Amino acid sequence: MPDVKDVGALMSVTYDVAARDFVRAGEAASKLKRLLQQLGLDPAVIRRAAIAAYEAEMNIVIHSYGGQIKVDITPESIEMICEDSGPGIPDIEKALQEGYSTATEEIREMGFGAGMGLPNIQRSADQFRIESTVGEGTCLQVTILHEAGE
Amino acid sequence: MKLAEAVAALSLEVEDPQILDREVEGGYCSDLLSDVMAKAAGGSIWVTNQVHANVVAVASLIDAAAVIIAGGMQPEEETVKKAQDVGIPLLSTSLSAFDVVGRLYELGLRGTLRDG
Ligand SMILES: Nc1ncnc2c1ncn2[C@@H]1O[C@H](COP(=O)(O)OP(=O)(O)OP(=O)(O)O)[C@@H](O)[C@H]1O
Ligand SMILES: [Mg+2]
Repeated sequence: MPDVKDVGALMSVTYDVAARDFVRAGEAASKLKRLLQQLGLDPAVIRRAAIAAYEAEMNIVIHSYGGQIKVDITPESIEMICEDSGPGIPDIEKALQEGYSTATEEIREMGFGAGMGLPNIQRSADQFRIESTVGEGTCLQVTILHEAGE
Repeated sequence: MKLAEAVAALSLEVEDPQILDREVEGGYCSDLLSDVMAKAAGGSIWVTNQVHANVVAVASLIDAAAVIIAGGMQPEEETVKKAQDVGIPLLSTSLSAFDVVGRLYELGLRGTLRDG
């Protein structure tokens, strides 16, 4: 169950993401999308947020041992902190290149592993930061402004 | 075009006949989920050979008009259940993806990409 705190103009939601659970994978992004629709946000902003949340969620499912996506919605922006514990990313620059993927054959057969997730997140975001420690985990910070177009 | 028209013209198998009145704006064909996520426009009919439940999550997130599972692949049970839960029409056919897209093109549908 996501934990929702509505503090005036600021709304904060946290979604847990389990590793390797391919049946539930995508639920955090779907729930976030529904919430943003209920808030009446711009469809283009919702689509960008949905892409970023989905790709971050799938990376946690596929590449980590599990984590969380925490979303703060303010009058200016949607900010997501996507944090996992896991193997981390040894070469972030490489990981951000379109087409680079360490996904296994089995994962690729399911249609993942195109090496497009992180580039998709970057394109959808107005601000993007990634930090990763090998052997500990990865943290993405994604900000999408309500005002800025693509 | 109404989804029901495409279903009739291609004799597609339908998991839930209740939701075929949706308008189809165009199409997209890919088996790479991140590619679909990035590029397919809302209202598209999505043609794929993927059968697992995450297909429904992607289709729902991009507001796809429907998913066509081509090549005689059968959707997994979880996929059918999820599609019903979120109201995504799930269609299947023994036609190959190539033939599905060709037939849809003949019906006047065109490939659509998301803005920006
Ligand atoms: N949370 C993470 N923990 C560990 N490694 C990660 C994580 N996210 C991404 N990576 C690494 O970065 C690579 C590129 O990630 P990206 O999301 O761009 O592509 P992908 O997940 O391999 O494929 P796609 O997203 O197209 O299905 C991954 O293959 C993996 O090696
Ligand atoms: Mg990815």
